[in-house]
Amino acid sequence: MANLALQAPHFVGRAVLGSLAQVGRFSALVFELGRGLAEWRIWIPRTMTEAYNIGYGSLFIVLLISGFAGGVTALQAGYQWQSSLPMYVLGTLIVSSIVLELGPVLTALILAGRIGARYAAELGTMRVTEQIDALESLGRSPSSHLIIPRVLSGLVMVPVLTIFANIMACVAGWYLVKQVLPITDADFVYGMQYYWRDFDGWYSLIKAFCFGGAITLIPCYVGFNTKGGAEGVGRATTTAVVSASVLILLLDVLLAKILLNN
Amino acid sequence: MIELHGIRKRFGEQVVLDGVDFVVREGETVALLGPSGTGKSVLLKHIIGLIRPDEGRVVVDGQDVGTLRRDDLARLRRQIGYVFQNGALFDSMSVFENIRLGLTDPRQYNDADFCRERVAQCLALVNLAPETDRKFPAQLSGGMRKRVGIARAIAGAPKYLLYDEPTSGLDPVNADIIDDLVKRLDNELGVTSVMVTHDVRGAFRVADRLALLMHGRIVLQGSQEEFLASTAPEVKAFLERDFENTSFAA
Repeated sequence: MANLALQAPHFVGRAVLGSLAQVGRFSALVFELGRGLAEWRIWIPRTMTEAYNIGYGSLFIVLLISGFAGGVTALQAGYQWQSSLPMYVLGTLIVSSIVLELGPVLTALILAGRIGARYAAELGTMRVTEQIDALESLGRSPSSHLIIPRVLSGLVMVPVLTIFANIMACVAGWYLVKQVLPITDADFVYGMQYYWRDFDGWYSLIKAFCFGGAITLIPCYVGFNTKGGAEGVGRATTTAVVSASVLILLLDVLLAKILLNN
Repeated sequence: MIELHGIRKRFGEQVVLDGVDFVVREGETVALLGPSGTGKSVLLKHIIGLIRPDEGRVVVDGQDVGTLRRDDLARLRRQIGYVFQNGALFDSMSVFENIRLGLTDPRQYNDADFCRERVAQCLALVNLAPETDRKFPAQLSGGMRKRVGIARAIAGAPKYLLYDEPTSGLDPVNADIIDDLVKRLDNELGVTSVMVTHDVRGAFRVADRLALLMHGRIVLQGSQEEFLASTAPEVKAFLERDFENTSFAA
Protein backbone atom coordinates (compact mmCIF):
# COMPACT_ATOMS: atom_id res chain seq x y z
CA MET A 1 0.00 0.00 0.00
CA ALA A 2 2.79 2.39 0.99
CA ASN A 3 4.63 1.39 -2.15
CA LEU A 4 1.56 2.28 -4.21
CA ALA A 5 1.33 5.69 -2.54
CA LEU A 6 4.97 6.33 -3.35
CA GLN A 7 4.44 5.43 -6.98
CA ALA A 8 1.35 7.61 -7.40
CA PRO A 9 3.24 10.87 -8.14
CA HIS A 10 5.33 8.95 -10.67
CA PHE A 11 2.21 7.75 -12.53
CA VAL A 12 0.59 11.20 -12.39
CA GLY A 13 3.78 12.81 -13.69
CA ARG A 14 3.99 10.32 -16.55
CA ALA A 15 0.34 10.86 -17.44
CA VAL A 16 0.77 14.65 -17.48
CA LEU A 17 3.92 14.41 -19.60
CA GLY A 18 2.22 11.95 -21.94
CA SER A 19 -0.76 14.28 -22.38
CA LEU A 20 1.49 17.26 -23.04
CA ALA A 21 3.41 15.24 -25.60
CA GLN A 22 0.13 14.33 -27.36
CA VAL A 23 -0.91 18.00 -27.43
CA GLY A 24 2.49 18.92 -28.84
CA ARG A 25 2.35 16.24 -31.54
CA PHE A 26 -1.21 17.18 -32.48
CA SER A 27 -0.28 20.88 -32.71
CA ALA A 28 2.70 19.96 -34.89
CA LEU A 29 0.40 17.98 -37.20
CA VAL A 30 -2.03 20.91 -37.51
CA PHE A 31 0.91 23.25 -38.20
CA GLU A 32 2.17 20.88 -40.90
CA LEU A 33 -1.30 20.86 -42.46
CA GLY A 34 -1.13 24.63 -42.77
CA ARG A 35 2.29 24.45 -44.42
CA GLY A 36 1.25 21.64 -46.73
CA LEU A 37 -1.59 23.71 -48.22
CA ALA A 38 0.97 25.44 -50.44
CA GLU A 39 1.48 22.14 -52.33
CA TRP A 40 -1.94 22.33 -53.98
CA ARG A 41 -0.84 20.40 -57.07
CA ILE A 42 -0.35 17.39 -54.81
CA TRP A 43 -3.42 17.55 -52.58
CA ILE A 44 -6.17 18.68 -54.99
CA PRO A 45 -6.36 15.47 -57.08
CA ARG A 46 -6.04 13.29 -53.98
CA THR A 47 -8.79 15.28 -52.24
CA MET A 48 -11.13 14.58 -55.17
CA THR A 49 -10.49 10.85 -54.85
CA GLU A 50 -11.01 10.88 -51.09
CA ALA A 51 -14.17 13.00 -51.40
CA TYR A 52 -15.58 10.47 -53.86
CA ASN A 53 -14.69 7.62 -51.50
CA ILE A 54 -16.33 9.29 -48.51
CA GLY A 55 -19.37 10.63 -50.36
CA TYR A 56 -20.33 7.90 -52.78
CA GLY A 57 -19.00 5.12 -50.56
CA SER A 58 -20.97 6.22 -47.49
CA LEU A 59 -24.17 7.44 -49.12
CA PHE A 60 -26.09 4.16 -48.91
CA ILE A 61 -25.40 3.48 -45.22
CA VAL A 62 -26.07 7.13 -44.30
CA LEU A 63 -29.42 7.10 -46.14
CA LEU A 64 -30.37 3.74 -44.64
CA ILE A 65 -29.65 4.71 -41.04
CA SER A 66 -31.10 8.22 -41.32
CA GLY A 67 -34.24 6.76 -42.91
CA PHE A 68 -34.70 4.43 -39.93
CA ALA A 69 -33.93 7.24 -37.47
CA GLY A 70 -36.53 9.53 -39.08
CA GLY A 71 -39.06 6.71 -39.06
CA VAL A 72 -38.49 5.88 -35.38
CA THR A 73 -38.74 9.57 -34.46
CA ALA A 74 -42.14 9.71 -36.17
CA LEU A 75 -43.38 6.50 -34.53
CA GLN A 76 -42.30 7.64 -31.06
CA ALA A 77 -43.93 11.02 -31.65
CA GLY A 78 -47.13 9.15 -32.53
CA TYR A 79 -46.85 7.02 -29.35
CA GLN A 80 -46.47 10.07 -27.08
CA TRP A 81 -49.01 12.22 -28.91
CA GLN A 82 -51.54 14.29 -26.85
CA SER A 83 -54.75 15.00 -28.67
CA SER A 84 -54.91 18.47 -27.10
CA LEU A 85 -52.05 19.63 -29.36
CA PRO A 86 -52.64 20.73 -32.94
CA MET A 87 -51.51 18.17 -35.55
CA TYR A 88 -49.14 20.50 -37.36
CA VAL A 89 -46.82 20.51 -34.31
CA LEU A 90 -45.74 17.03 -35.41
CA GLY A 91 -44.18 18.52 -38.55
CA THR A 92 -42.20 20.93 -36.40
CA LEU A 93 -41.16 18.27 -33.90
CA ILE A 94 -39.94 15.76 -36.44
CA VAL A 95 -38.13 18.16 -38.76
CA SER A 96 -36.51 20.18 -35.97
CA SER A 97 -35.26 17.15 -34.07
CA ILE A 98 -33.83 15.71 -37.28
CA VAL A 99 -32.21 18.86 -38.66
CA LEU A 100 -30.89 20.18 -35.34
CA GLU A 101 -29.70 16.92 -33.82
CA LEU A 102 -30.33 13.53 -35.37
CA GLY A 103 -29.16 14.22 -38.92
CA PRO A 104 -25.71 15.66 -38.21
CA VAL A 105 -24.93 13.55 -35.11
CA LEU A 106 -26.01 10.21 -36.55
CA THR A 107 -24.22 10.89 -39.83
CA ALA A 108 -21.06 11.83 -37.93
CA LEU A 109 -21.18 8.74 -35.72
CA ILE A 110 -21.68 6.47 -38.74
CA LEU A 111 -18.76 8.10 -40.52
CA ALA A 112 -16.56 7.97 -37.40
CA GLY A 113 -16.89 4.19 -37.62
CA ARG A 114 -16.65 3.91 -41.36
CA ILE A 115 -14.17 6.61 -42.38
CA GLY A 116 -12.36 7.17 -39.07
CA ALA A 117 -11.51 3.49 -38.69
CA ARG A 118 -10.37 3.30 -42.29
CA TYR A 119 -8.11 6.35 -42.05
CA ALA A 120 -6.52 5.22 -38.80
CA ALA A 121 -5.91 1.71 -40.18
CA GLU A 122 -4.56 3.00 -43.51
CA LEU A 123 -2.16 5.50 -42.01
CA GLY A 124 -1.23 3.14 -39.17
CA THR A 125 -0.33 0.42 -41.66
CA MET A 126 1.61 2.94 -43.74
CA ARG A 127 3.52 3.95 -40.61
CA VAL A 128 4.43 0.43 -39.48
CA THR A 129 5.39 -0.68 -43.01
CA GLU A 130 7.66 2.40 -43.37
CA GLN A 131 5.60 3.88 -46.23
CA ILE A 132 5.41 7.23 -44.42
CA ASP A 133 9.17 7.10 -43.81
CA ALA A 134 9.59 6.36 -47.53
CA LEU A 135 7.56 9.45 -48.41
CA GLU A 136 9.69 11.58 -46.10
CA SER A 137 12.89 10.04 -47.44
CA LEU A 138 11.85 11.25 -50.91
CA GLY A 139 11.72 14.79 -49.54
CA ARG A 140 7.93 14.81 -49.82
CA SER A 141 5.51 16.08 -47.23
CA PRO A 142 3.21 13.42 -45.71
CA SER A 143 0.77 16.18 -44.85
CA SER A 144 0.10 17.25 -48.46
CA HIS A 145 0.10 13.65 -49.74
CA LEU A 146 -1.83 11.93 -46.97
CA ILE A 147 -3.42 14.16 -44.35
CA ILE A 148 -4.72 17.26 -46.18
CA PRO A 149 -6.73 15.29 -48.79
CA ARG A 150 -8.40 13.24 -46.06
CA VAL A 151 -9.20 16.18 -43.77
CA LEU A 152 -10.45 18.48 -46.54
CA SER A 153 -12.63 15.80 -48.10
CA GLY A 154 -14.16 15.15 -44.67
CA LEU A 155 -14.81 18.85 -44.09
CA VAL A 156 -16.63 19.05 -47.42
CA MET A 157 -18.38 15.70 -47.64
CA VAL A 158 -19.72 15.31 -44.09
CA PRO A 159 -21.97 18.39 -44.51
CA VAL A 160 -23.05 17.12 -47.94
CA LEU A 161 -23.94 13.71 -46.50
CA THR A 162 -25.73 15.42 -43.62
CA ILE A 163 -27.97 17.25 -46.11
CA PHE A 164 -28.88 13.90 -47.68
CA ALA A 165 -29.42 12.38 -44.21
CA ASN A 166 -31.70 15.25 -43.15
CA ILE A 167 -33.82 14.95 -46.29
CA MET A 168 -34.06 11.16 -46.04
CA ALA A 169 -34.98 11.23 -42.33
CA CYS A 170 -37.60 13.94 -42.84
CA VAL A 171 -39.19 12.06 -45.75
CA ALA A 172 -39.23 8.78 -43.77
CA GLY A 173 -40.63 10.57 -40.71
CA TRP A 174 -43.31 12.28 -42.78
CA TYR A 175 -44.36 9.00 -44.38
CA LEU A 176 -44.46 7.00 -41.15
CA VAL A 177 -46.19 9.60 -39.00
CA LYS A 178 -49.07 9.50 -41.50
CA GLN A 179 -49.36 5.76 -40.84
CA VAL A 180 -49.93 6.18 -37.09
CA LEU A 181 -51.76 9.51 -36.77
CA PRO A 182 -54.43 11.21 -38.88
CA ILE A 183 -52.16 14.07 -40.04
CA THR A 184 -52.52 15.52 -43.54
CA ASP A 185 -49.65 16.54 -45.79
CA ALA A 186 -50.80 20.16 -45.52
CA ASP A 187 -50.64 19.99 -41.69
CA PHE A 188 -47.17 18.47 -41.77
CA VAL A 189 -45.80 21.03 -44.23
CA TYR A 190 -47.44 23.89 -42.32
CA GLY A 191 -45.86 22.74 -39.04
CA MET A 192 -42.53 22.21 -40.72
CA GLN A 193 -42.54 25.78 -42.05
CA TYR A 194 -44.18 27.49 -39.09
CA TYR A 195 -41.27 27.19 -36.67
CA TRP A 196 -38.54 26.83 -39.28
CA ARG A 197 -35.69 29.31 -39.13
CA ASP A 198 -33.04 29.40 -41.83
CA PHE A 199 -30.44 29.33 -39.07
CA ASP A 200 -31.56 25.76 -38.21
CA GLY A 201 -30.26 24.60 -41.56
CA TRP A 202 -27.02 26.51 -41.12
CA TYR A 203 -26.66 25.14 -37.59
CA SER A 204 -26.97 21.61 -38.96
CA LEU A 205 -24.26 22.30 -41.54
CA ILE A 206 -21.93 24.05 -39.07
CA LYS A 207 -22.20 21.04 -36.77
CA ALA A 208 -21.55 18.68 -39.67
CA PHE A 209 -18.49 20.72 -40.69
CA CYS A 210 -17.03 20.55 -37.17
CA PHE A 211 -17.82 16.83 -36.95
CA GLY A 212 -16.10 16.38 -40.32
CA GLY A 213 -12.96 17.81 -38.76
CA ALA A 214 -13.20 15.46 -35.77
CA ILE A 215 -13.88 12.39 -37.93
CA THR A 216 -10.81 12.99 -40.10
CA LEU A 217 -8.25 14.84 -37.97
CA ILE A 218 -8.33 12.52 -34.95
CA PRO A 219 -8.01 9.24 -36.91
CA CYS A 220 -5.30 10.77 -39.14
CA TYR A 221 -3.37 11.90 -36.06
CA VAL A 222 -3.75 8.54 -34.31
CA GLY A 223 -2.89 6.56 -37.45
CA PHE A 224 0.07 8.78 -38.26
CA ASN A 225 1.58 8.18 -34.80
CA THR A 226 0.97 4.42 -34.71
CA LYS A 227 3.68 2.32 -33.06
CA GLY A 228 4.19 -1.42 -33.18
CA GLY A 229 2.99 -3.88 -35.78
CA ALA A 230 -0.47 -5.30 -36.46
CA GLU A 231 -1.39 -4.94 -32.79
CA GLY A 232 -0.47 -1.25 -32.90
CA VAL A 233 -2.66 -0.72 -35.97
CA GLY A 234 -5.59 -2.45 -34.22
CA ARG A 235 -5.08 -0.32 -31.12
CA ALA A 236 -4.86 2.85 -33.22
CA THR A 237 -8.08 2.01 -35.05
CA THR A 238 -10.02 1.46 -31.82
CA THR A 239 -8.56 4.60 -30.25
CA ALA A 240 -9.42 6.65 -33.33
CA VAL A 241 -13.06 5.56 -33.47
CA VAL A 242 -13.65 5.95 -29.72
CA SER A 243 -11.89 9.35 -29.55
CA ALA A 244 -13.66 10.71 -32.63
CA SER A 245 -17.06 9.54 -31.32
CA VAL A 246 -16.50 11.11 -27.89
CA LEU A 247 -15.30 14.33 -29.53
CA ILE A 248 -18.43 14.42 -31.71
CA LEU A 249 -20.64 14.24 -28.62
CA LEU A 250 -18.56 16.89 -26.84
CA LEU A 251 -18.74 19.20 -29.85
CA ASP A 252 -22.48 18.57 -30.01
CA VAL A 253 -22.90 19.97 -26.49
CA LEU A 254 -20.45 22.83 -27.03
CA LEU A 255 -21.99 23.96 -30.32
CA ALA A 256 -25.50 23.84 -28.87
CA LYS A 257 -24.33 26.02 -25.99
CA ILE A 258 -22.46 28.48 -28.21
CA LEU A 259 -24.68 28.70 -31.30
CA LEU A 260 -28.15 28.25 -29.83
CA ASN A 261 -27.41 30.84 -27.14
CA ASN A 262 -28.78 28.72 -24.25
CA MET B 1 30.73 12.73 -48.09
CA ILE B 2 28.73 11.29 -45.20
CA GLU B 3 30.14 11.74 -41.71
CA LEU B 4 28.74 10.50 -38.42
CA HIS B 5 30.43 11.82 -35.32
CA GLY B 6 29.83 10.37 -31.85
CA ILE B 7 26.24 9.27 -32.53
CA ARG B 8 24.38 8.12 -29.44
CA LYS B 9 20.79 6.94 -29.51
CA ARG B 10 18.65 5.20 -26.93
CA PHE B 11 15.05 4.03 -27.05
CA GLY B 12 13.75 4.02 -23.50
CA GLU B 13 16.28 2.14 -21.40
CA GLN B 14 17.92 0.46 -24.38
CA VAL B 15 21.10 2.06 -25.69
CA VAL B 16 21.18 1.30 -29.43
CA LEU B 17 24.06 3.45 -30.62
CA ASP B 18 26.80 4.33 -28.17
CA GLY B 19 29.15 6.80 -29.81
CA VAL B 20 29.35 5.74 -33.45
CA ASP B 21 31.96 7.40 -35.67
CA PHE B 22 31.60 6.50 -39.32
CA VAL B 23 32.66 8.12 -42.60
CA VAL B 24 31.66 7.30 -46.18
CA ARG B 25 33.78 8.94 -48.85
CA GLU B 26 32.57 10.05 -52.29
CA GLY B 27 32.12 7.25 -54.79
CA GLU B 28 32.69 4.32 -52.48
CA THR B 29 30.33 1.52 -51.50
CA VAL B 30 30.41 0.70 -47.82
CA ALA B 31 28.69 -2.30 -46.27
CA LEU B 32 27.59 -1.83 -42.68
CA LEU B 33 27.57 -5.27 -41.14
CA GLY B 34 26.28 -6.53 -37.86
CA PRO B 35 23.95 -9.06 -36.28
CA SER B 36 20.20 -8.37 -36.32
CA GLY B 37 19.05 -5.85 -33.75
CA THR B 38 22.34 -3.99 -33.36
CA GLY B 39 21.01 -0.69 -34.74
CA LYS B 40 22.23 -0.80 -38.34
CA SER B 41 18.92 0.43 -39.75
CA VAL B 42 18.69 3.03 -36.97
CA LEU B 43 22.11 4.32 -38.01
CA LEU B 44 21.06 4.46 -41.66
CA LYS B 45 17.93 6.43 -40.76
CA HIS B 46 20.12 8.97 -38.95
CA ILE B 47 21.85 9.75 -42.26
CA ILE B 48 18.61 10.81 -43.92
CA GLY B 49 17.23 12.54 -40.84
CA LEU B 50 14.36 10.11 -40.22
CA ILE B 51 15.78 9.62 -36.71
CA ARG B 52 17.63 12.31 -34.77
CA PRO B 53 20.53 11.41 -32.50
CA ASP B 54 20.43 12.03 -28.76
CA GLU B 55 24.06 13.12 -29.07
CA GLY B 56 26.48 13.58 -31.94
CA ARG B 57 26.34 15.01 -35.44
CA VAL B 58 25.41 13.66 -38.85
CA VAL B 59 27.02 15.67 -41.65
CA VAL B 60 26.18 15.11 -45.32
CA ASP B 61 27.98 17.23 -47.92
CA GLY B 62 29.04 19.60 -45.15
CA GLN B 63 25.47 20.11 -43.91
CA ASP B 64 24.59 19.15 -40.33
CA VAL B 65 21.41 17.09 -40.82
CA GLY B 66 20.21 17.72 -37.25
CA THR B 67 20.17 21.50 -37.64
CA LEU B 68 18.71 21.77 -41.15
CA ARG B 69 15.45 23.61 -41.65
CA ARG B 70 12.51 21.61 -43.01
CA ASP B 71 12.92 22.79 -46.62
CA ASP B 72 16.69 22.30 -46.57
CA LEU B 73 16.26 18.81 -45.16
CA ALA B 74 13.76 17.99 -47.92
CA ARG B 75 16.28 19.30 -50.48
CA LEU B 76 19.04 17.17 -48.99
CA ARG B 77 16.81 14.10 -48.96
CA ARG B 78 16.26 14.52 -52.69
CA GLN B 79 19.99 13.85 -53.08
CA ILE B 80 19.65 10.56 -51.20
CA GLY B 81 17.88 7.45 -52.42
CA TYR B 82 16.73 5.15 -49.62
CA VAL B 83 15.91 1.51 -50.28
CA PHE B 84 13.76 0.19 -47.44
CA GLN B 85 14.06 -3.30 -46.03
CA ASN B 86 10.63 -4.46 -47.21
CA GLY B 87 10.38 -2.10 -50.15
CA ALA B 88 7.95 0.26 -48.36
CA LEU B 89 6.04 0.57 -51.64
CA PHE B 90 2.77 2.48 -51.52
CA ASP B 91 0.10 -0.25 -51.61
CA SER B 92 -2.57 1.95 -53.15
CA MET B 93 -0.39 3.00 -56.08
CA SER B 94 0.76 1.11 -59.16
CA VAL B 95 4.44 0.40 -59.76
CA PHE B 96 4.45 3.32 -62.21
CA GLU B 97 3.13 5.75 -59.59
CA ASN B 98 5.53 4.39 -56.97
CA ILE B 99 8.55 4.99 -59.18
CA ARG B 100 7.17 8.34 -60.35
CA LEU B 101 7.07 9.50 -56.73
CA GLY B 102 10.85 9.04 -56.73
CA LEU B 103 11.10 11.93 -59.22
CA THR B 104 11.78 14.63 -56.69
CA ASP B 105 12.07 17.54 -59.13
CA PRO B 106 8.53 19.02 -59.37
CA ARG B 107 8.97 19.95 -63.06
CA GLN B 108 9.97 16.40 -63.95
CA TYR B 109 7.20 14.96 -61.75
CA ASN B 110 4.55 17.01 -63.57
CA ASP B 111 5.88 16.22 -67.06
CA ALA B 112 3.93 13.12 -68.15
CA ASP B 113 6.24 12.25 -71.07
CA PHE B 114 9.37 12.55 -68.96
CA CYS B 115 7.78 10.41 -66.24
CA ARG B 116 6.90 7.61 -68.67
CA GLU B 117 10.40 7.61 -70.11
CA ARG B 118 12.15 7.75 -66.75
CA VAL B 119 10.01 5.01 -65.20
CA ALA B 120 10.77 2.77 -68.20
CA GLN B 121 14.51 3.52 -67.81
CA CYS B 122 14.46 2.72 -64.10
CA LEU B 123 12.57 -0.53 -64.64
CA ALA B 124 15.16 -1.52 -67.26
CA LEU B 125 18.00 -0.65 -64.88
CA VAL B 126 16.62 -3.03 -62.26
CA ASN B 127 15.90 -5.75 -64.85
CA LEU B 128 12.11 -5.58 -64.69
CA ALA B 129 9.83 -5.88 -67.72
CA PRO B 130 8.22 -2.60 -68.92
CA GLU B 131 4.70 -3.97 -68.34
CA THR B 132 5.48 -4.32 -64.62
CA ASP B 133 4.57 -0.64 -64.27
CA ARG B 134 0.86 -1.48 -64.42
CA LYS B 135 1.02 -3.91 -61.49
CA PHE B 136 0.35 -3.13 -57.85
CA PRO B 137 2.77 -4.04 -55.02
CA ALA B 138 0.49 -6.88 -53.83
CA GLN B 139 0.94 -8.55 -57.24
CA LEU B 140 4.76 -8.62 -56.98
CA SER B 141 7.10 -11.22 -55.51
CA GLY B 142 9.49 -10.26 -52.69
CA GLY B 143 12.43 -9.90 -55.07
CA MET B 144 10.44 -7.80 -57.52
CA ARG B 145 9.26 -5.55 -54.70
CA LYS B 146 12.86 -4.96 -53.65
CA ARG B 147 13.78 -4.10 -57.23
CA VAL B 148 10.86 -1.67 -57.55
CA GLY B 149 12.04 -0.11 -54.27
CA ILE B 150 15.49 0.33 -55.81
CA ALA B 151 13.95 1.74 -59.02
CA ARG B 152 12.05 4.31 -56.95
CA ALA B 153 15.21 5.23 -55.05
CA ILE B 154 17.22 5.84 -58.23
CA ALA B 155 14.43 7.60 -60.19
CA GLY B 156 15.47 11.05 -58.99
CA ALA B 157 19.13 10.39 -59.91
CA PRO B 158 20.39 10.72 -56.33
CA LYS B 159 24.01 11.27 -55.32
CA TYR B 160 23.80 8.77 -52.47
CA LEU B 161 22.04 5.43 -52.17
CA LEU B 162 21.26 3.89 -48.80
CA TYR B 163 20.21 0.23 -48.83
CA ASP B 164 18.54 -1.23 -45.76
CA GLU B 165 18.97 -5.02 -45.87
CA PRO B 166 18.37 -5.27 -49.63
CA THR B 167 18.65 -9.07 -49.64
CA SER B 168 16.88 -9.99 -46.40
CA GLY B 169 14.10 -12.51 -46.81
CA LEU B 170 15.28 -13.57 -50.28
CA ASP B 171 16.49 -16.98 -51.37
CA PRO B 172 20.22 -17.18 -52.28
CA VAL B 173 19.59 -16.92 -56.02
CA ASN B 174 17.48 -13.77 -55.71
CA ALA B 175 19.89 -12.38 -53.10
CA ASP B 176 22.73 -12.75 -55.61
CA ILE B 177 20.65 -11.03 -58.30
CA ILE B 178 20.05 -8.06 -55.96
CA ASP B 179 23.75 -7.95 -54.94
CA ASP B 180 24.77 -7.89 -58.61
CA LEU B 181 22.22 -5.18 -59.26
CA VAL B 182 23.57 -3.05 -56.42
CA LYS B 183 27.10 -3.45 -57.71
CA ARG B 184 26.08 -2.65 -61.30
CA LEU B 185 24.10 0.44 -60.26
CA ASP B 186 26.99 1.72 -58.20
CA ASN B 187 29.27 1.37 -61.23
CA GLU B 188 26.81 2.68 -63.85
CA LEU B 189 25.37 5.56 -61.84
CA GLY B 190 28.55 6.46 -59.99
CA VAL B 191 26.72 6.91 -56.70
CA THR B 192 28.07 6.70 -53.17
CA SER B 193 26.37 3.81 -51.37
CA VAL B 194 25.89 2.52 -47.87
CA MET B 195 24.45 -0.97 -47.60
CA VAL B 196 23.21 -2.26 -44.28
CA THR B 197 23.25 -6.04 -44.17
CA HIS B 198 23.92 -9.06 -42.02
CA ASP B 199 24.78 -11.08 -45.11
CA VAL B 200 28.58 -11.22 -45.01
CA ARG B 201 28.92 -13.03 -48.33
CA GLY B 202 26.85 -10.41 -50.16
CA ALA B 203 28.72 -7.58 -48.47
CA PHE B 204 32.06 -9.03 -49.57
CA ARG B 205 30.80 -9.26 -53.16
CA VAL B 206 29.50 -5.71 -53.35
CA ALA B 207 31.37 -3.39 -51.01
CA ASP B 208 34.65 -1.50 -51.39
CA ARG B 209 34.88 -1.20 -47.65
CA LEU B 210 33.18 -2.82 -44.67
CA ALA B 211 32.25 -1.72 -41.17
CA LEU B 212 31.07 -3.94 -38.34
CA LEU B 213 28.57 -2.52 -35.86
CA MET B 214 28.28 -4.38 -32.56
CA HIS B 215 27.20 -3.38 -29.07
CA GLY B 216 26.34 0.12 -30.33
CA ARG B 217 29.80 0.82 -31.71
CA ILE B 218 31.76 0.31 -34.92
CA VAL B 219 34.25 -2.35 -33.90
CA LEU B 220 36.10 -2.48 -37.22
CA GLN B 221 36.20 -0.51 -40.48
CA GLY B 222 38.37 -1.60 -43.37
CA SER B 223 38.89 -3.59 -46.53
CA GLN B 224 37.89 -7.22 -47.01
CA GLU B 225 41.50 -8.24 -46.37
CA GLU B 226 41.59 -6.34 -43.11
CA PHE B 227 38.38 -8.02 -42.02
CA LEU B 228 39.67 -11.47 -42.85
CA ALA B 229 42.98 -10.76 -41.13
CA SER B 230 41.37 -9.30 -38.02
CA THR B 231 41.97 -11.12 -34.76
CA ALA B 232 39.30 -9.15 -32.86
CA PRO B 233 37.05 -11.75 -31.21
CA GLU B 234 33.80 -9.98 -32.27
CA VAL B 235 34.92 -9.89 -35.92
CA LYS B 236 36.03 -13.51 -35.92
CA ALA B 237 32.85 -14.63 -34.22
CA PHE B 238 30.69 -12.70 -36.69
CA LEU B 239 32.52 -14.00 -39.77
CA GLU B 240 32.72 -17.59 -38.54
CA ARG B 241 29.03 -17.66 -37.83
CA ASP B 242 28.29 -17.17 -41.51
CA PHE B 243 31.18 -19.08 -42.99
CA GLU B 244 33.11 -22.04 -41.81
CA ASN B 245 35.75 -21.18 -44.37
CA THR B 246 36.40 -17.50 -44.96
CA SER B 247 38.46 -18.10 -48.08
CA PHE B 248 35.36 -17.36 -50.18
CA ALA B 249 36.54 -13.81 -50.69
CA ALA B 250 39.54 -14.90 -52.68
